[in-house]
Amino acid sequence: MSSGRCAACRYLRRKCTEDCILSPYFPSNNPQRFVSVHRIYGASNVSKLLLRLPIHVRAEAADSLYFEAQCRLEDPVHGCVGLVFMLQQQIQAAESQLVKTRVQIAVMKSQAQHPQPREAESSFNNPFLRHFDNDANLSFSNQISSGFI
Amino acid sequence: MRSQEARSTSSCAACKLWKRRCTPNCIFAPHFRSDEPKKFAKVHKVFGASNVSKILIEVTEEQREDIVNSLAYEAEARLRDPVYGCIGAIALLQRKMIQLQHDLALARARLSLYATTYSAGISNPESHRFRTVALGEFPVACGGFMDSFSQTCNEVNQDAHI
Repeated sequence: MSSGRCAACRYLRRKCTEDCILSPYFPSNNPQRFVSVHRIYGASNVSKLLLRLPIHVRAEAADSLYFEAQCRLEDPVHGCVGLVFMLQQQIQAAESQLVKTRVQIAVMKSQAQHPQPREAESSFNNPFLRHFDNDANLSFSNQISSGFI
Repeated sequence: MRSQEARSTSSCAACKLWKRRCTPNCIFAPHFRSDEPKKFAKVHKVFGASNVSKILIEVTEEQREDIVNSLAYEAEARLRDPVYGCIGAIALLQRKMIQLQHDLALARARLSLYATTYSAGISNPESHRFRTVALGEFPVACGGFMDSFSQTCNEVNQDAHI
């Protein structure tokens, strides 16, 4: 039966029983997957987490733990939270662009409906639009402390 | 005198949890203050104190505060959503970003239409049927890898309401 051990039991050098909680999600053909998860969470924590979940979601949970563990190993300081931070910045920039574009549309629409021989307002002269050109400059810690999505 | 001072100053959250004396070189003390017991409890529950101390030891002191904050964030996310943890938040942000890219592309196309028709002297650009949509220019972080998570997040959360 030793040849049928899952990656977790093989790594932990223990007997892999039929009801091993880890074996469906850490097969023996991918030992690195368990090594990564074990380094960050520990086998005991992973087992407890999976045991608390219904069986039909455990595979997704194991996958997400592996993904987060990999992120943490690649970036020990930020882990996958670095991705959160990056996406938040991208969203902020895109929202700013969207607002600016919509204001420009409104200006052009207004000019089209009421054509007058006056200087066209450009975003560079418009103080309202200039506000959206300011770059977000939040440190990582401030971003984290501002709350969860 | 010094040992009495050490006893009289409050232990860090970790040492308080373990009911042990907090030493001056306790690795947790600078980052898990005694007035934040839940922060350490969550991190300990998800990662385990031993793993946390191994992670902290491997980096410089300057980096430790950021590490602790990111671990606390991940732990909180995992406790709120035991199936997807932080990945759930990432998937939500990705979906939001994709929607924004779409809206921005539409808005830019509309602006381009107005600019073109206005300069041509046409007063109502909306009368032209216009369906060209420009591609978004913001590459979404970790796009392809997250697709299966973002789809399944929705399905599982509807079913399990975790």
